[in-house]
Amino acid sequence: MEIVLGSDKINECIGLMADSIISQIPKNQAIAIIGIPSRGEILAERLSSELSSRLKTEIPFGQLDITLFRDDLNDPHGKSQPIVGSTEIGFDIDDKIIILADDVLYTGRSTRAAMDALVALGRPRALRLAVLIDRPGRELPIQADFTGKKIDHIPDEKTVQVNFVESDGKDQVIII
Amino acid sequence: MLKKKQFVWKRKNLLGLRNLSREEIEHILNTAEGFEQITSRAIKKAPALQGKVVVNLFFEDSTRTRNSFAIAANRLSADVVEFTQKNSSVSKGETLLDTAKNLEAMGSDIVIIRHNAGGTPKFLSKNINSCVVNAGDGFCEHPTQALLDVYTIWKIKGSLDGLKIAIVGDIAHSRVARSDIYAMTKLGAEVILIAPPTLMPPAVEKLGVRVSYSLDEVMEELDVINMLRIQFERLGANPFPSVKEYSHSFGLTVDRMKRAKKDIIVMHPGPINRGLEIESEVADGPNSVILQQVTNGITIRMAVLFLVNQAAMTREKIKIKKESLA
Repeated sequence: MEIVLGSDKINECIGLMADSIISQIPKNQAIAIIGIPSRGEILAERLSSELSSRLKTEIPFGQLDITLFRDDLNDPHGKSQPIVGSTEIGFDIDDKIIILADDVLYTGRSTRAAMDALVALGRPRALRLAVLIDRPGRELPIQADFTGKKIDHIPDEKTVQVNFVESDGKDQVIII
Repeated sequence: MLKKKQFVWKRKNLLGLRNLSREEIEHILNTAEGFEQITSRAIKKAPALQGKVVVNLFFEDSTRTRNSFAIAANRLSADVVEFTQKNSSVSKGETLLDTAKNLEAMGSDIVIIRHNAGGTPKFLSKNINSCVVNAGDGFCEHPTQALLDVYTIWKIKGSLDGLKIAIVGDIAHSRVARSDIYAMTKLGAEVILIAPPTLMPPAVEKLGVRVSYSLDEVMEELDVINMLRIQFERLGANPFPSVKEYSHSFGLTVDRMKRAKKDIIVMHPGPINRGLEIESEVADGPNSVILQQVTNGITIRMAVLFLVNQAAMTREKIKIKKESLA
């Protein structure tokens, strides 16, 4: 097991992501963060709190369940049986700049599913993607707009795992 | 909100609730709750059953259940085939099995069946590969109705544990009552059956319920009351002296409601005989959740269709894994 980011580094990364969101999104635009479970919703909440304190205004956040939009639901070669989760978005997404938050960007398939799930909810002004870890292995033409850390190489048999205090008791990013 | 547990759903058929565990029933309810997100969307559709063919195979009349299943399947992007006995080759003498096998040969993935003979869904499930969902068989079971009933109570009360739930009326001829009893008792509720002796099923004591022949006796203690429809089409010779007398003794009237708990939940599976088993003021009153039941029926049926299809997928996955190991 290799530790890629420790607790302090994670906070620093999220802080820097918040900074670049503020610098790249026009000031007069309403923004909101929507996380993809599991763990994307935790990143969304943390980004929202960083942004809220910097901008001195409440930046809403929510979570989006993408299970029903996954492309491997009816693929006999797909992963184990998915559990339908819940979508909790307590605000209108129309005309807002929505920042999708996910812990790891890997194949890009969750992001695609999230985009489909989101446009079924309404019509945001624009969609952006924020990920804590950007790792190789893309299967779709998708890239992140805001990245915490980019990992250029991961051995074939290994995978990146993000742990948060809220879900796993500890903040860390590891390769196992 | 309840924590979603990791759970693998293994049943590719939903034939009844009798053999389901509490955990399985709770998994259906949890899954249904997840589906509410779709019902409240601008676009009420998700691609979870895209490319799948769902056949509504109904050999008995139905408004709610048939349409509810069709809407549920549509919301999951499945293609729905409507089959009715009247306009089919059944009127030319084709057997049930031949009809089903032919529909399967056209590529059906899920068959939803309603039939007046008990056990038909099970028979079908043994003879075709498609998933089979029971939409009511004889006097046996109507699992999705019971699931939407317990889901409606669960959403309001948070749990069924310790609740006193009365099922009132024609219990002997009611598949809804039977499925309700299985679901409600498994989820920890105390079920009280209330009916005239002529409408009580035989061997009722084996069902693990309380039995009462007087609604007035128990009215004050109830948390939920489920009024069954008097099914004139199934009743034989004079089960009660007159409709008026039945209504007087077993109808849910405004007067009786005055003696009930303030937050009693009033349910009815529909269609309602207004003024017979339930007075209009009560059916449309503040305690009634009758239309919520109908709405929840779609969510529950989406969950059931999703889960049986996922179980079929899981079987495929296991088969492929075995083949690759062989």
